[in-house]
Amino acid sequence: MSLALLRASFPNSIALDVDGVSHRYEIDGSALQVLDNVSLTIERGEFVALLGPSGCGKSTLLRLAAGLETPTTGAVLADGRPITAPNPDRILVFQDATLFPWRTVRANVATGLEARGVIREREYRIGEVLRLVKLEGFADFYAHQLSGGMAQRAALARALVNDPKLLLLDEPFGKLDSLTRLKMQNELLHLWKSGGFTALLVTHDVEEALLLADRVIVLSDRPASIVAEVRVEQPHPRRRDSANLVALRRSLLEKLGISHDA
Amino acid sequence: MSAAVEESFDEAGRRSVTLPFARIWRSGLLAGGTWLVAAALTYGLPDVISWGATELFAAVVLTGAGILLALSVTVHRLGSVGRTLVHYGPWFVVLGLWFAAWEVVTAKLGWLPKPFFSPPQGLLQAYVTDWERLLICIAYTGRLWGLGFFSGIVVGFAGGVALGWSKRFAYWGMPLLKLIGPVPASAWIPCIFFIFPTTFQASIFLVALASGIPVAILTAAGVSQVNRSFYDVARTLGADNRFLVLKVAIPASLPNVFVGVFMGLYYSFAVLVVAEMLGAKFGLGWYLQFNTAYSAYANVYAALIIMALICAGLVRLLFLVRDRLLGWQRGIL
Repeated sequence: MSLALLRASFPNSIALDVDGVSHRYEIDGSALQVLDNVSLTIERGEFVALLGPSGCGKSTLLRLAAGLETPTTGAVLADGRPITAPNPDRILVFQDATLFPWRTVRANVATGLEARGVIREREYRIGEVLRLVKLEGFADFYAHQLSGGMAQRAALARALVNDPKLLLLDEPFGKLDSLTRLKMQNELLHLWKSGGFTALLVTHDVEEALLLADRVIVLSDRPASIVAEVRVEQPHPRRRDSANLVALRRSLLEKLGISHDA
Repeated sequence: MSAAVEESFDEAGRRSVTLPFARIWRSGLLAGGTWLVAAALTYGLPDVISWGATELFAAVVLTGAGILLALSVTVHRLGSVGRTLVHYGPWFVVLGLWFAAWEVVTAKLGWLPKPFFSPPQGLLQAYVTDWERLLICIAYTGRLWGLGFFSGIVVGFAGGVALGWSKRFAYWGMPLLKLIGPVPASAWIPCIFFIFPTTFQASIFLVALASGIPVAILTAAGVSQVNRSFYDVARTLGADNRFLVLKVAIPASLPNVFVGVFMGLYYSFAVLVVAEMLGAKFGLGWYLQFNTAYSAYANVYAALIIMALICAGLVRLLFLVRDRLLGWQRGIL
């Protein structure tokens, strides 16, 4: 009953299960362990933030969820089915916008539709998502003519045009200046609320995690394992100076090994 | 001198109305002068060595002088063509001086002897007397070069994409390419004579090889250097391998491909002479060899100038194609 209700309320989303995943990279013959027995469940339509120090293996978890790699041990499941290959239902937005420099903004956004062969039926979506990310006036610009924030919005549009059911965000605002970042965080929140997709955000910014996510999962240094999990009950829009968030922030920083007094 | 010209251009809007005669293209005027001198020297001094076409050359240079003089007052009305002419003004001046000096030290004083050094009138004589044969040679060379160059870059490009994309292909192909690459064209002659049924096909092969190898090497390098995250992005967006090759790898490596095509263009011209050694009856390369054998160096220089002009024209054309295809690079480079 409750499951059926959940399905009905989030038809455009996927539940993600990470089940006992460990992952190793072979680099010049030596093994580098990046994930150590990570298990987590993300419900449909949920917004989860993965918080951890740089280089701890958070991005690897996203690559596994996107299907760009398969885990050394364990399994990553989308709606109960193992993920073995990339699928436009689950789209990864990278830290760098990684726009194709030889394509205009419009053509960049069209990439997914072209690749899936649905460009003719769904071309109207391009204009829609460009309006959504406020880039409708820049459709014919090339990547190098955009500012960092605009490029990242274009990358977001390139993902959203495919109506992903799971949006994987790898520190998407990490390289933006702080004002642009605040704006983009609000926009992302807005898109998530109207889109109904599941969102998994990797970040090392405690505040960003607290402002956006329903749940914050803290990862340890490499090899990453789950250290703590914090539910953020506060309704949106959240104020960063509310007592509740300040307290959560302190406890998260402590879990990351940074004492507030130090 | 040129500063004055540019200045008058900058203020064209104001001055053109008030002082139309003050705006004289000084380089043009000077160039007209030097061309006049060249014409006078050619016509006035007797030929110590006979090269022919003395009067004709003097007339041509005189016409040139007249045109330059006329341009020196009208060039400002010619828009962008005018601006290009003004830019090359100093070259026209020097060209006139060069004609004069060249005439004097060869035909007029005989310091540089026949047949090794031809005066400009000797080149003109070659064009006038041999133009029919030269035209036929241009056509033959055009056919050989066109077939060779385009088949070369097509095969080179396809091979380069395969080498850059597939590890297995690169494993076997790259060493072979590195082995074949530096082999001079003439070294191929014995074995291509055996392989190809006709000498024309053998010639095409030589031109294709010369233009294809740089294209293959640079394309392979370009494809293998494509930023991996472009592939990751495309794959998460649902791209299959075909899409990755055609819509990611190839456009990303196109700047490299063009460097290869430019190199191939130059190599293909350099190899024409060798390619036309193989039993060709016409062609610019053949023309060069034939006239070298008869010590008709004026004809050799005349044909070399034609080849240089054609090559420069093709380079120009290729730049246009590149700018069209790589318009997105504007502002990055």
